[in-house]
Amino acid sequence: MAEITMTEALNKAIDEAMAEDDGVFCLGEDVSDKQGGGVFKVTNGLSAKYGEHRIRATPISETAIVGAAVGAALAGQRPICEIMLMNFVGVCMDQIVNHAAKLRYMSGGQTPCPMVLRTTTGVGVGFGGQHSDMLEAWFAHVAGIHVVTPSNAADARGLMRASIDANDPVIFIENILCYGLKSEDPGPGYRVPLGKAAIAKEGTDLSLITYGRTVLDALEVASEMEKEGVSVEVVDLRTIAPYDEETVLASVNKTGRAITLHEAVRPFGTGAELAANIQEKCWDSLKGPVRRIGGTFAAVPFATHLEQAWIPTKGEIVEQIKASVGKD
Amino acid sequence: MAEIDRDKLLDVYTRTMKVNRTDEKFRALLMEGKVAVMYYCVRGQELVSAAAMAALDEDDYVVCTYRGQGEQTAKGIPIKKWWGECLGKETGTCKGKGGTMHITDPETGIMVTTGVVGSGLPIANGLAMASQNNGDGKVTLVSFGDGAANIGGFHEAMNMAQLYKLPVVFLCQNNRYGEHTAFADHTGSTDISSRASGYGMKGIKVDGNDVNAVYPAMEEAVEHARSGKGPVLVEAMCYRMMGHFFGSDFSYMPPEHLEEMAKEDPLPKLRAVMLERQFTEEELDKIVADIDAEIDEAVEHALAADLPSTDEIYKDVLEEVS
Repeated sequence: MAEITMTEALNKAIDEAMAEDDGVFCLGEDVSDKQGGGVFKVTNGLSAKYGEHRIRATPISETAIVGAAVGAALAGQRPICEIMLMNFVGVCMDQIVNHAAKLRYMSGGQTPCPMVLRTTTGVGVGFGGQHSDMLEAWFAHVAGIHVVTPSNAADARGLMRASIDANDPVIFIENILCYGLKSEDPGPGYRVPLGKAAIAKEGTDLSLITYGRTVLDALEVASEMEKEGVSVEVVDLRTIAPYDEETVLASVNKTGRAITLHEAVRPFGTGAELAANIQEKCWDSLKGPVRRIGGTFAAVPFATHLEQAWIPTKGEIVEQIKASVGKD
Repeated sequence: MAEIDRDKLLDVYTRTMKVNRTDEKFRALLMEGKVAVMYYCVRGQELVSAAAMAALDEDDYVVCTYRGQGEQTAKGIPIKKWWGECLGKETGTCKGKGGTMHITDPETGIMVTTGVVGSGLPIANGLAMASQNNGDGKVTLVSFGDGAANIGGFHEAMNMAQLYKLPVVFLCQNNRYGEHTAFADHTGSTDISSRASGYGMKGIKVDGNDVNAVYPAMEEAVEHARSGKGPVLVEAMCYRMMGHFFGSDFSYMPPEHLEEMAKEDPLPKLRAVMLERQFTEEELDKIVADIDAEIDEAVEHALAADLPSTDEIYKDVLEEVS
């Protein structure tokens, strides 16, 4: 099989879902071919194939975009809406949190809301304070939604199909720096079930639990640590919420040590929830405290060297691993 | 203007009285202390809701607000389930998990009742978009108050609806108050309907206390939306004759305003129209008596119904996947 990039993987997943089900349609800013097929080309070519009704380029109106997705989902369709950059969710939180997430529950199960909200973000591209944040913890804190993020192209294809299939809202986070990553194409119909983590690399001394772009850093550091005789297991959550507790706890019970790692700021991040849960449930296996690594508690700065210093660095990951296993 | 068809007029009257008798009963139960829940009175707005629902087809979609009793009962929601929900019982439309502010009954087209001012408009667009996509011919009507016209979602939704010519009727029930703030204190606009022209949309302003004005206007709006010509903004002028919610202070409503409201009360006006159109006092009283009997039975049923089981708190969060 040929290789595909994450952009192509997402495009193929959406394409095949649209081909199979007339109820699947996309809406968002600049998504049609007329505007270039999406700012990151994820929907490129789809309006030519399915028409402007099913690839609806919208005004810059985040509340109207998500609200329309909610309404169409209630009517039995499977909208895929796009919020161009994750920070813009601040404009439409009411529709996500009060409506998409709660309508199944508040209606006693009568009105599920099967929709995907695609959004893009990432530190390291020089987009500054209002175009870079990873805000997954905001959504992980709300009952009634899945929060998903792929770290490679194959998972992107499989997670997107599974997200479109899901009968509940999915916040699907794409990292700008991951769009060009290549994987072997898993092919049509491929699905990665929601709520299932992957062991990206097996190890025995420490579990490094992460997701999205930082999986790449984790794998790089793990292979360096291997040379120093430390065997790091990398757990890629893939679904951030509700996460695969079984896989996480099994990994920590095996290794006895855990570090959580994410690009999002550390305080009150998803790492805090993971760490607390691990400490409650793996206490007898733990050889030391669960450590957390995350972005600096500040807005993402613009200047390249500041931005690079803001992100959790590989050096910091190495340091934390060494401290955890008792090596200096 | 052509007279409203006599059967349709009777239909509007019946729906209006359903809304009114439900409202009266709810307030009586609250006054007697038999129930203690949030309730947003609809006294004064019964006719607008009834006319709007009478203009829709049975399978059309409706999105309403916490002050949505009128749309819900006039659309034909099964009233035992409605009362069950309002009283937080297992027999409710939403098994007691939605409550008075979140009544949902897809079978009768009540798709969302939102507790957030203005949030229904963007969702109505989505329901209408689904109808436009699959060609089912349905119209979506979203009801909201004058206060909602000042939130950003109103603007975004109006613009998008007109852009795509969605089959939506935006029904602004201008009841002169946004919560506790009078119309003139919350906007510099003299009316809401004129905002439609800013979007290139059809706007209609109508007296919501006069059946001969409001029903034809609703019919026109629904027909316009259904025909593919695009959305319509209808501003129905009416009065909220009570406070924001039952029991809330309404000393901020000046006495002269209350007098004006009493003069414009849609119910005596509607009754006068019915009598003019040769319906008899007996016929009209019988309709009300039948509605009352049905409501009394539904209330007894709801009062006697079981509470939802506590394990319901964990259900319906996400689909249970086995």
